Amino acid sequence: MNENLNKDLIDSTGVTSECDVVNSEQGGETVTLEGGNDIISIEHLEKCFGDHEVLKNIDFTVRQGDVTCIIGPSGSGKSTLLRCINLFEEPTGGRILFHGEDIMLTKKVSQYRRKVGMVFQSFNLFNNYSVLGNCTIGLRKILHMKKAEAEKVAMDYLASVGMAAYIKARPKQLSGGQKQRVAIARALCMQPEVILFDEPTSALDPEMTGEVLAVMQKLAKSGLTMIVVTHEMSFAKDVAHKVVFMDDGYIVEEGSPEDIFDHPQNERTKEFLNTDKKQ
Amino acid sequence: MIIDILKEYYPLIFKGVGYTMLIAIAGTIIGLLIGLLIGVYRTIPTPRNKALRILKKIGDFILSAYIEVFRGTPMMVQALVIFWGFALLNGGQTLNVTFSALLIVSINTGAYMAEIVRGGIISIDKGQFEGAQAIGMGHGKTMFYIVIPQALRNILPSVSNEFIINIKDTSVLNVIGFTELFFQAKTIVSINYQTFATYLLVAIVYFVLTFSISLLLRFIERKMDGKKHFTILGSQSDRASVVAQNSGGGSNE
Repeated sequence: MNENLNKDLIDSTGVTSECDVVNSEQGGETVTLEGGNDIISIEHLEKCFGDHEVLKNIDFTVRQGDVTCIIGPSGSGKSTLLRCINLFEEPTGGRILFHGEDIMLTKKVSQYRRKVGMVFQSFNLFNNYSVLGNCTIGLRKILHMKKAEAEKVAMDYLASVGMAAYIKARPKQLSGGQKQRVAIARALCMQPEVILFDEPTSALDPEMTGEVLAVMQKLAKSGLTMIVVTHEMSFAKDVAHKVVFMDDGYIVEEGSPEDIFDHPQNERTKEFLNTDKKQ
Repeated sequence: MIIDILKEYYPLIFKGVGYTMLIAIAGTIIGLLIGLLIGVYRTIPTPRNKALRILKKIGDFILSAYIEVFRGTPMMVQALVIFWGFALLNGGQTLNVTFSALLIVSINTGAYMAEIVRGGIISIDKGQFEGAQAIGMGHGKTMFYIVIPQALRNILPSVSNEFIINIKDTSVLNVIGFTELFFQAKTIVSINYQTFATYLLVAIVYFVLTFSISLLLRFIERKMDGKKHFTILGSQSDRASVVAQNSGGGSNE
């Protein structure tokens, strides 16, 4: 049913090479890139809500530094898959390996989530903090940084998403696009190894969508590992290293953007992409 | 007539007001703390570990029993049971009356507050929890830094209501001989036999207390909400940024 591309499930934890360095500016753990270095491997993942099977035998891997776009019709299980990866939903079967370690067995879920950032469709900025507070709260209370140090780190990331001028604003004073950019900065502050984007632009108008996608594109170029659930086909086409097409809980097809968009093999993929073009 | 009573007995009345307010304020605050602790405990996600899950179930059961019992019986009866029950266990030695009063009002209020806090936590958008968890916060930090501060604002009207109820309900503590306002009124009546005038005076004092406090709390609520009108920064309605853009200075960057 689904083409299994998990040929190299070799656990390559700890293998480093002198390729591009990601997140090096923070001086913390430096993450190095290497071709074929799997950061997340998903094996036979299943998720049921009661009798309703949402994910059926999902297999795929995410390599370090890659941008993976998950596309597909609404209700196909894309968001559920993403939410399984950081354990917002508990899978009912299969395994999720993070650097070769089964995360469903981990006791320290919070520590794992710190390494896997998430950006939501509805932004989810903390209403009781300013823009700066949203970015520093995690640094101060989870990474135990001093206030001044945390603010310096937060300012760097806020500047990189173009929100440095708004540090004192409350979330309710921001537009959707601005909120989403702050949410991205908040995720970056925790220096995650991978960031999950759950339809980050679905609640935005075209102009704001553009500004958020521009930030995401910049991140992708910087070598950040990203898994993006999106309906923005042009973004998937231009930015993704790998595109995964899902339908009805299955991965129907996966491959490079050229494979999926220009030479789709599966009938369902063709159908989905054609309807998209017509619109 | 009423003025005369006030003139003659004001030390007694003021003392009563002082004790009433002391117990009402301290009891409400301690009750709120109890409610917050219970609220945080009851919203802990079901543990994956089986032993922990059973432990959590037992805890849940004890807490619901506490809430149901203290909401389901009159505070006057609770006061008598606790006060004399302690004396029985302690060989006839009763507990300090002021301490008993505080204890009773606090745990009684705690039972109500637990439900109020639960409602407040439920009222917070699920996204706030997920946003916090996504950056690696556990349940405790999520609650303490993100959810409870927002929930407190939402439950402030209910908490104020509990406080005002407590000012009035401390009057039942006269049954254990606590010298709050109503106890003082009974004392005055036993001296001057002017039942109507004395109790009317005390009613007026209670009303002045509760009414002024409810005005104060409403004022605080308004202060907390801040300005009703605000501008989306950098939007078309944001004058300052439009001017800046027109003069060549981009406001978005």
